[in-house]
Amino acid sequence: MATVTFDHASRLYPGTEKPAVDGLNLEIADGEFLVLVGPSGCGKSTSLRMLAGLEDVNAGRILIGDRDVTDVPPKDRDIAMVFQNYALYPHMSVADNMGFALKIAGVSKEERAERVREAAKLLDLEEYLDRKPKALSGGQRQRVAMGRAIVRNPQVFLMDEPLSNLDAKLRVQTRTQIASLTRRLGVTTVYVTHDQVEAMTMGDRVAVLKDGVLQQVDTPRALYDRPANVFVAGFIGSPAMNLLELPVTDGGVQFGGMTYPVPRDLLGEAHGSTVTLGVRPEDLERAEDNHGLAVFVDVVEELGADAYVYGHTEFDGKRYEITGRVDGRTPPVAGSTVYVRPKEGHVHLFDTQTGLRLGEHAPGTPEASVEDLNVPVEAGKTAD
Amino acid sequence: MKASRTKERVTWIIISVLVLLYALFPVVSIMATSFKLPSELTSGKFLPSSWTGSNYEQILVGSAQDLFLSSLRNSIGIALIATFIAVVLATLCAYAIARLDFPGKKVILTTALAVSIFPVISIVTPLFNLWRNIGLYDTWPGLIIPYLSLTLPISIWTLAAFFRQIPWELEQAAQVDGATTWQAFRKAIVPLAAPGVFTTAIIAFFIAWNDFVYGISLTSTEAARPVPAALAFFTGASQFESPVGAISAAAIIVTIPIVLLVLLFQRQIVSGLTQGAVKG
Repeated sequence: MATVTFDHASRLYPGTEKPAVDGLNLEIADGEFLVLVGPSGCGKSTSLRMLAGLEDVNAGRILIGDRDVTDVPPKDRDIAMVFQNYALYPHMSVADNMGFALKIAGVSKEERAERVREAAKLLDLEEYLDRKPKALSGGQRQRVAMGRAIVRNPQVFLMDEPLSNLDAKLRVQTRTQIASLTRRLGVTTVYVTHDQVEAMTMGDRVAVLKDGVLQQVDTPRALYDRPANVFVAGFIGSPAMNLLELPVTDGGVQFGGMTYPVPRDLLGEAHGSTVTLGVRPEDLERAEDNHGLAVFVDVVEELGADAYVYGHTEFDGKRYEITGRVDGRTPPVAGSTVYVRPKEGHVHLFDTQTGLRLGEHAPGTPEASVEDLNVPVEAGKTAD
Repeated sequence: MKASRTKERVTWIIISVLVLLYALFPVVSIMATSFKLPSELTSGKFLPSSWTGSNYEQILVGSAQDLFLSSLRNSIGIALIATFIAVVLATLCAYAIARLDFPGKKVILTTALAVSIFPVISIVTPLFNLWRNIGLYDTWPGLIIPYLSLTLPISIWTLAAFFRQIPWELEQAAQVDGATTWQAFRKAIVPLAAPGVFTTAIIAFFIAWNDFVYGISLTSTEAARPVPAALAFFTGASQFESPVGAISAAAIIVTIPIVLLVLLFQRQIVSGLTQGAVKG
């Protein structure tokens, strides 16, 4: 068990101009479950592979505990990794797969069998120990890959999209299993995914990456409530936040037929004559005619308890897709026009030019470290 | 539903039987001939009226013994050595092609292909002159080297294609599991690569074993003459007697090693061993 530190770590692939990971600074606490999330090509897998030692670090350092492992080969890092495709050894039985690392490490046969059995029990794999991987289902293979990591009792677990090959139902089930298992074992875990739902449900903290640059790292709650920039705002949350470029008026921003009040000092921070206003689908409410933004309803998805309203609006020559979440019993009709406004105190304001959040310095921005969090890591653990 | 499946099966059985007949007819015909007496060769019957082992006697213990046994020894030795060298070189080459990114990768593959489509008959005469000048004529290396030019291209292509299918994530998984680079290669990759290497070795052996043009052109004595070439030197008991019976017997005998090879290694050639490594 150990902390993990990325210290200005960068990775530049030969023959490319732009680093795949650019000056990543990240401190992961002992026993923490940290999720790296971002769209494909954002450098999350590269970051993980740098930590594993499978990818060179071109600049900066990586530390596990107090040990600088930047130039340490993978085998000496005391880490265990679960690969996206599981990478089970096809010519070995499940037991041999799980015991491979111990065998390499020279652990005696009896102890090896004992530890494999323990891990198999934990993962419900006992009856499959003699099988070859090809005789297992996808979910079982995934568990063997997990077992291979657990048996090692390593300092850090690394998981590279371990659920992406499972079907939807199994994925949800395994998601909770992995989260509870790693917490029970208390091993520091770095988990890579492109699925923001996975990120939000599993992580103690979530680090959002884009184009190799860390955008924000914070607890799922804080990430949802206080996204540090437009990208995080649009990426976290499903359906995505509505983001509108609105003209600044006296004492607020022009939201359709109404003026949404914004403190003057906040508006003063913005560059240019517009600000980007973000409002989550559930924070939109119906307004009286003309006292809000006119939205033409294209599609209504009724989910029972709620209904999602997908519509669009146009102003200043731009078209915006608007999503709203409304009570399932009284949804608007497709083809109609409704007026909406944001609920008081539930909007996010961003500088249109820089994309940064207006207002106070948000915790969890790239400069912030674990200590800056107002929500302690331990609290985050129990909260979700 | 059931009827259509039965119909499909019947069709398959018919096709299989036709292919088998087509492929096995020459072999059976030669085998039948090898058991015929010289007087019966032109009888026009498919099976001998009385079976005789005299042709086998002739080549194994009789007058053609020296010619046949020494050529058999040459064939086995030369084909095995050529196969071994070709597989070792091709494994290294294909590994590099499948794993590394280096300039000239395409050139190597294309060159290998170009070499293999070069007609053998057109280089055999210059090679004959060259070999005589540098003393390789009628020696084992004198055949092993041209055989490499036949076996290497196909070995490189087969192995490169095979290596590309190996999930190299396994190597990384082994490294993360604490294995050194060499251990990762030996314990995670070699077991998966073995079937491909075996298959390639067998193909290479067939090619070297079956060659006739080089064998007849680049040898002159028992020192290096392989079986396919030696068959042409068989003579009948008198000049009026055809050696067809003896040639057939020899042909059957040289087919046996090939059949044995396939039977022995068919378990290693089992493909699909890599199934289950990745999600599948």
